[in-house]
Amino acid sequence: MSDLKVARKGMVKNSNSIWRQPLAIFGIAIVGMWIILAVFAPWIAPYDPYSQEFDKFVPPSAAHWMGTDELNRDVLSRVIYGARISLPYALLLVILSALIGSTIGAISGYFGGKVDSVIMRITDIFFAFPGIILAMAVAAALGPEIRNAVIAVTIVAWPVYARLVRSLILNAKQNDYVTASSLLGSSSLRTLLVDLRPNISGPVFVLAALEVGTALLLLSGLSFLGLGAQPPSAEWGAMVSMGAVNFDRWWVGLFPGLAILTAVLAFNFIGDTLRDALDPRTAKALRD
Amino acid sequence: MEPASVRVFSLRKILTGAGFLPFIVRRLLTAVVLILGMTFIAFSVTQLVPGDPVAANLGQSAYSDPEIVAAFKKEFGLDQPVYIQYVTYVGNLLQGDLGTSLSSKRPVTEDLKEYFPATLEIAMFAVFVALFLGILLGTISAMTRDRLPDQIIRVFSLTGVSMPVFWTAITAFYIFFFVLGWAPGTGRLEPGAEPPPNVTGLFTIDALLDGDFSTSRQALSYLLLPALVLAVYALGVITRFTRASVLEILGNDYVRSARAKGLSEFTVIRRHVLRPALLSIITIAGVAFASLLAGSVLVENVFSWPGLGQYAYRAAVGLDLPGIMGVSMIVATVFILMNLVVDILYRVIDPQMRDAG
Repeated sequence: MSDLKVARKGMVKNSNSIWRQPLAIFGIAIVGMWIILAVFAPWIAPYDPYSQEFDKFVPPSAAHWMGTDELNRDVLSRVIYGARISLPYALLLVILSALIGSTIGAISGYFGGKVDSVIMRITDIFFAFPGIILAMAVAAALGPEIRNAVIAVTIVAWPVYARLVRSLILNAKQNDYVTASSLLGSSSLRTLLVDLRPNISGPVFVLAALEVGTALLLLSGLSFLGLGAQPPSAEWGAMVSMGAVNFDRWWVGLFPGLAILTAVLAFNFIGDTLRDALDPRTAKALRD
Repeated sequence: MEPASVRVFSLRKILTGAGFLPFIVRRLLTAVVLILGMTFIAFSVTQLVPGDPVAANLGQSAYSDPEIVAAFKKEFGLDQPVYIQYVTYVGNLLQGDLGTSLSSKRPVTEDLKEYFPATLEIAMFAVFVALFLGILLGTISAMTRDRLPDQIIRVFSLTGVSMPVFWTAITAFYIFFFVLGWAPGTGRLEPGAEPPPNVTGLFTIDALLDGDFSTSRQALSYLLLPALVLAVYALGVITRFTRASVLEILGNDYVRSARAKGLSEFTVIRRHVLRPALLSIITIAGVAFASLLAGSVLVENVFSWPGLGQYAYRAAVGLDLPGIMGVSMIVATVFILMNLVVDILYRVIDPQMRDAG
């Protein structure tokens, strides 16, 4: 393919809105579906997710589309109600780590010097740390509960944002209008919030969108290991762990796992498209 | 301009050349500081959160006996103030002593020697599979940008990174063990089978060294499924990364001039695109490898694979700081070594890097 053709394709792509990208539309549709299921769960779910009034291990049938589990509960209803647990906590986790990480990264990038090098060394250490091991330790120490799992994963998830925001600020600081603003007597806080923030909020939003999937995977992984949501909670990861114990009853674990997969995939479709829509250099910073 | 990466200089000249030794020394010092920093963070984090390692490791009745509790604390130095504990730990660490695990009651180095090879075996297998397929698929994807093959590969690789690995493991186990009967059960060998004499700790290799082909084949059949499950994730990561790297390089002037010279598309890709891209792919493979060591926590749990992941889980649940630190350090060391190897490769390939340090 000639360069001209590549260039033209690139231009066409940039002028396209997210609504013309099939993968993004697919992603938005699936996320939308899960949100509707979560919000209207009591009306959509056929049964009470905690009711044990059925038979044990009924395979998928007309009465129970996804069968019943080891405690005679309807798997479909539990998967639907699961969206009310897994999604909000994953979003909370992403918002928390984005806020904490961005603040730390902004301080590091804006003030530079000693502050910057100390903060960056600390983020390096967190990067070298195998995230899930630290998260498991913190979750175990705080006590197995989904709220604690959120805290545990936040502790390992913030450095990505810190690094991104720092590099964005270092770039944006070179703009003349930032210098002008400080010369005009803006305080540091004002410069950060008014002049620099617009440069960083877009990429941070894209990174956050990409990280929702990772957050969901880590959270449900902790629940799967018994370090997150506890029974009888209809959390997807905890439900899959019951499927692992009763692996010969495939429907117990298969459907909650598919729920995680579709939700993560949908967020990744959206995040990926958003990243491609950014300018290439920022997109590269996001990837590294 | 010719691409820098095509001019490969003699490795010996670089290894003995000026600037190389200081570079290595500096990197190793950074690594030591990084690991010390990790111990500090692990200590601080575990001190900040509530949680009693004594309660986690003693049974209910033992925990209610103050004498046993005092003896346990004394044995593991938990009766000392935190800063003394930390100084003692770091002092021992500098002498190569990782302390004693609270959960296994054995020296952590012994534990790691036993569990690390098991994880290494599946992780290496996974990375090789993922690298081979990932580079292939990623290149095809980039070459056919936005056309059908690209779309299909992108959806597949994105699915690969979106699958909850514990669920993939269970589903694969159900299909290949329960339904098809192709895979053997869980563990590293048949129950009761004698493990091969320990040389590398990798059962497939050790059995071969022992001349025992049937045990080697058996070990291979047991590791295949957990390793392939791990590979799915790494495959997604490497495919996506290869695609991005190749796309970036395809935009360079020298690729256009190579094409203008009339070189075949295959030669252009092999010599002018894949070779420069290889470095960044190796970088990501290193990172993927380290993340596989950590990701094996979930896979090993499903396959009862007696590796680092299972050990890390027990250490975490037992609030066993020496154990947690031991695993973290091994993973971090692999991570740092991988990065170091990549940096050395960069210097070998790109002369400009040598002056930059």
